[in-house]
Amino acid sequence: MQEFLTINNLKCGYPGSFMLEDIHMKIEKGSFIGIVGPNGSGKTTLFKGITGEIQVSKGNILLKGTDTFTMSAKQKAQKLAIVTQNTEAPDMTVEDYVLMGRLPYKKHFQLFEKEEDYVLAHKYMTLTRIISHKDKLMCELSGGEQQLAAIARALAQEPELLLLDEPTSHLDISHQVQILNLIQQLNATLHLTVLMIIHDLNLAGEYCDYLIMMHNGKIHTTGSPVQVLNYKHIEDVYNTVVITQENPLSKKPAVFLVSEKTFKKSQND
Amino acid sequence: MRSKYLKWVAGIIALLILLGTSVLLAFSIGEVNFSIPELIEIFRNKTGIEYTIVSSIRFPRILLGFSVGGALSLAGVILQGVYRNPLVEPYTLGISGGAALGVAITIVFSLNSTFGVYMLPFSGFLGAICTIFIVYFLAVSKNRFNINKMLLIGVMISFIASSTMMFLLSTTTAENLHSIVFWVMGSLDEPDMFLVKSVFYASITGLCITYLFANPLNALRLGESKAKHLGVNTNFTIRVLFIIASLLTGISVAVAGVIGFVGLIIPHLLRIIIGSDFRVLLISSFLGGSIFVILCDVISRTIIAPNELPIGVITGMIGGLVFIVVLSKLKFNIR
Repeated sequence: MQEFLTINNLKCGYPGSFMLEDIHMKIEKGSFIGIVGPNGSGKTTLFKGITGEIQVSKGNILLKGTDTFTMSAKQKAQKLAIVTQNTEAPDMTVEDYVLMGRLPYKKHFQLFEKEEDYVLAHKYMTLTRIISHKDKLMCELSGGEQQLAAIARALAQEPELLLLDEPTSHLDISHQVQILNLIQQLNATLHLTVLMIIHDLNLAGEYCDYLIMMHNGKIHTTGSPVQVLNYKHIEDVYNTVVITQENPLSKKPAVFLVSEKTFKKSQND
Repeated sequence: MRSKYLKWVAGIIALLILLGTSVLLAFSIGEVNFSIPELIEIFRNKTGIEYTIVSSIRFPRILLGFSVGGALSLAGVILQGVYRNPLVEPYTLGISGGAALGVAITIVFSLNSTFGVYMLPFSGFLGAICTIFIVYFLAVSKNRFNINKMLLIGVMISFIASSTMMFLLSTTTAENLHSIVFWVMGSLDEPDMFLVKSVFYASITGLCITYLFANPLNALRLGESKAKHLGVNTNFTIRVLFIIASLLTGISVAVAGVIGFVGLIIPHLLRIIIGSDFRVLLISSFLGGSIFVILCDVISRTIIAPNELPIGVITGMIGGLVFIVVLSKLKFNIR
């Protein structure tokens, strides 16, 4: 397998308040990787470091062997796309919103999109099943539909690396599964490398091939879902009592929370 | 052609027709009214008092109205796009306050009688430029542009400038007071053709440069961070656009005084009518601003003829009323 994204000894963040340290990662092309960890563990900061939104004080990030700091903003946007937690819903039609994904490919004085841009936008709107809403305004869509439009916009960038920052937060289980199924399908069919921050450990275990668990600005554990999602790691990092079991169908780990009352009762019994 | 582009083209053609009509109206109406055949005859003969009226009195006003209206409206669109705040207008950043203060200082200390006719617009422009620099440098920290900080600093400078001006007004003579107040209220009565042409060229250049940033401005509609993810150099874009908007406002205020509401109302109306895409909004707002100021000037010089009302009074009253009526009838969402 080809080494696609390499992060060497990365140190980045907000000097004086929060810094990520000692981040090492080697990600192969076509992997579907989940990043888990409690709030404030540095997951989003890591994404900001990768996209270049915050300054990196040490280390480097190589995308297909090229240092991302030497890339222009446009070059970077052609290689990696990001879908964040909150999709902006401006007074833009869904089609125009998805077409924004073609911006990194526009030349300096090119005001209008080419026919090819429309073809690609329509392809990804069809793939994400929002083509029927293409003339609606973004603010007229539901949260789940907005998230699908955001994924279509990211795909229109034709990236090789897709970063997803909690793409299913605020969504019901039906929309969560719909979006994650789609991402899994994109990962398989387009051979897209996916790096996804996700809070739901059950979804992380079910969908991702590999997990990175973060804690206090450092990588705590990495490995397959079975290796990472064991009760010991989870209790260490989240400071919460849990039980892990195997999903009888997928054989992936499933995490059950235990309330304080139940825990005390079980200890007394 | 896609229906979206057809709508844009239709909108711009309609605005051009409206602009032509308002220019014609501005040439015809005044203390002396001319019919269209009379106007054609006047322009064909190019002689007589009538020709002097249309070419030396009305034409500079129309050209200045076109330029100032377009420039202020364009500055409004740019700033609303950069700040992603629909309530920002060119004067929010304290530029008009700075310009007015510059002019007030010149009048109070009689610098215009010492340095000649260009001193008033020059001092207005200098006041505006000083404000721009103060706001710009206070808002930049660690080579990054903090747009929220810039807005707050602009508002504060506006307050400081207006308080200083009130101090000057309260201590100066009645004659100076009258001159300052009339300058602040705005007028298109500028006999110097060099100044009128300067504003015209500046506004057209501003429009052309801004068009290079139409796509980055569209990306900024999604937020600064998402625009960065789409490959936009947001820091550079915001800096350049801020400077263009400030210069456009500074030049307009220096020559025509404070003509309020144009930069707020016109972009809003055109967003509702034609759409929020900056590729059409920039040109449509420019044309809309020009039409609005030319028409308001016709009203300001005819409503109490032979006297003239300050144009700022008309733009504020008509613009505000039209805006309230349109807003109450339409449901719209702005970002």
